[in-house]
Amino acid sequence: MYVAGVDVGSVAAKAVVLEHTGGELPRVAGRAVLPTGWNTAEAGELALQKACAEAAVEREALSRITATGYGRVALPFAHKTITEISCHARGAAHLFPRAGIVLDIGGQDSKVISLETGQGTAFRKPGAVRDFMMNDKCAAGTGRFLQVLSGILNMPLDDLSIAAAVGTPVAISSMCAVFAETEIVGLLAKSTPPQDIAAGVFRAIARRMCALAKRIPLHDECVFTGGLAVSPSFAAILSEELGMPVNVPEDPQVVGALGAALISLDAARANAHAATTSNTSTEREKP
Amino acid sequence: MRCQSFDRIVSAFEKNALAVQEAKKQGKKVVGQYCLYSPSEIAVAAGAIPVSLCGTRNDSIPAAEEMLPRALCPLIKSSFGFALNDSCPYLGAADVVVADTTCDGKKKMYELLAAYKPVFLLQLPQVQNEDSLAYWRRQFELLVAFLEKEFQVSITEEKLRDAIRLMNRERQALKAVMDLARRKPSPITGMELLEISFKTSFFPDKEKGIAMMHDLAQELGALADAGKAGAAASAPRILLTGVPTGMGSHKVVRLIEECGGSVVCLDNCSGYKKTRVMMDESGDPLTEMARRYLDVPCAVMSPNPRRYEAIKELAADFSVNAVVDLTWQGCQTYAVESWSLKKFVQESLNLPYMQIETDYSETDTEQLKVRIEAFIEML
Repeated sequence: MYVAGVDVGSVAAKAVVLEHTGGELPRVAGRAVLPTGWNTAEAGELALQKACAEAAVEREALSRITATGYGRVALPFAHKTITEISCHARGAAHLFPRAGIVLDIGGQDSKVISLETGQGTAFRKPGAVRDFMMNDKCAAGTGRFLQVLSGILNMPLDDLSIAAAVGTPVAISSMCAVFAETEIVGLLAKSTPPQDIAAGVFRAIARRMCALAKRIPLHDECVFTGGLAVSPSFAAILSEELGMPVNVPEDPQVVGALGAALISLDAARANAHAATTSNTSTEREKP
Repeated sequence: MRCQSFDRIVSAFEKNALAVQEAKKQGKKVVGQYCLYSPSEIAVAAGAIPVSLCGTRNDSIPAAEEMLPRALCPLIKSSFGFALNDSCPYLGAADVVVADTTCDGKKKMYELLAAYKPVFLLQLPQVQNEDSLAYWRRQFELLVAFLEKEFQVSITEEKLRDAIRLMNRERQALKAVMDLARRKPSPITGMELLEISFKTSFFPDKEKGIAMMHDLAQELGALADAGKAGAAASAPRILLTGVPTGMGSHKVVRLIEECGGSVVCLDNCSGYKKTRVMMDESGDPLTEMARRYLDVPCAVMSPNPRRYEAIKELAADFSVNAVVDLTWQGCQTYAVESWSLKKFVQESLNLPYMQIETDYSETDTEQLKVRIEAFIEML
């Protein structure tokens, strides 16, 4: 059985195709990450096509597709939409069964999710979302903030990451993406080395994330997902600021899409089970 | 769900501003009020009509921001903007405004409002004890004296007692409507609860309002008995607590219901706080009035134990699955109290809790939708 999850964020569209052959653990058969661009629906469609191609399965062979991310409502092919909070939680708990906290920094928001651990409770199974916090209205301290820096320093994220690892952090006082730009231009005018600015911005984002994280009691293991988790130097700074180790998945950008695919699998298996036991047709919530 | 008596309330509301004007033409005085701490009973005993004043819409805020700080609470800005634009028919009709020093933002706004309308300001104590009660009763005495002079009437103990009886009947009528939502599933949606409690707060004829609310409770009760539901049986039942909401500031209630939740109880000053407790009809009228109003569990009270007691009781009575705490941006008392409330709801009531801080604008709708949807998925 093949299922998929598609996560269309503000910066990137991600897709994961899972193969399940009867055992307990499904296998990631294909994955894709593409820039979202201006056409949300098309980006989701292309990401799914690419993941299908990598898995060498036809679109028609997918039993079920779940959509998540800001563009989730724009994808006509999805059977169901689920928020990225539930999907990141699901994906992270799958990859790290002892995870208690999931930190996710995306293009325009950052979130901290607390997961049920241990035996769970009467209301929630282990791995279920217990509580979460999300940044308010503005994009301060998210991926967007880093995009601004990337533009001014003319360095892609990989180069920023390398620069930040060697730089001595300068203080960045403004967390507003617009005002920070002014501040950074001022620092450059004073001949501050770019790696020091990069290190300063990384630390400022990490501190802001920690402030959000500390509104929820930290417990068990911590998992860091989302676009920013691709940078090893950022993950190291975050771990230092947080005062605890953070687990970074091998492919942190697709954790939301993986969670969506796992939710697809649950539903597809439940449908298959219902079909074999009661011989009724499988439900399709949304054509 | 919508029904005949629901529509009657809606259409009476549409003609309401006109009805207030008619009453004024016949010599009735109008007392405008912003806050639940201001006693309608005293206005009623003075033979006047107490009405709520506008303050729940976003479109009056830009005008207010010409004078007030932008970071102020939207309820205060909206109220003041209506005064500046002269766009609230009830404020226009009001002979006097009775207000109280609920919070810092409100009391300073009332100082500015006094340039446009005669304002009688009650000094609200912020702790609920016997000293405060005596002080608060004295404030009511001053209001009685003020209205007697202003309207050339005599407010007797008997008139005050009659007013208490009338207002208790109004509380009971609104309570009958709100208690419909105790049923599972609820025959009335959260948006409908909000609409009814909002629209019935402007009626000049109390008796007419009471009768219409009883009709609604009866009709919806009968429809529910016949198996008709307003909210889906599977929808998680949400208790909304915190700041007041009305038509125009209903964003969060609408979003919760659009995301599949069912708001069954509005634990705020525009909702169940009005009706949860009746006023004693036998004691000294001003003392009983002062006691009932001082007991309103707004976050301005410090400490504020009755809010926790009320939420515990309401969570059980309305069989809720989760609590959503709404705070207007700039409302410091509710914002700070949310920390203690979160602990109480999660640890003592064992219920999921979410706080939302927002304003009247639509700028954060998409963000809020993600949070609310995720919260409902969690239930």
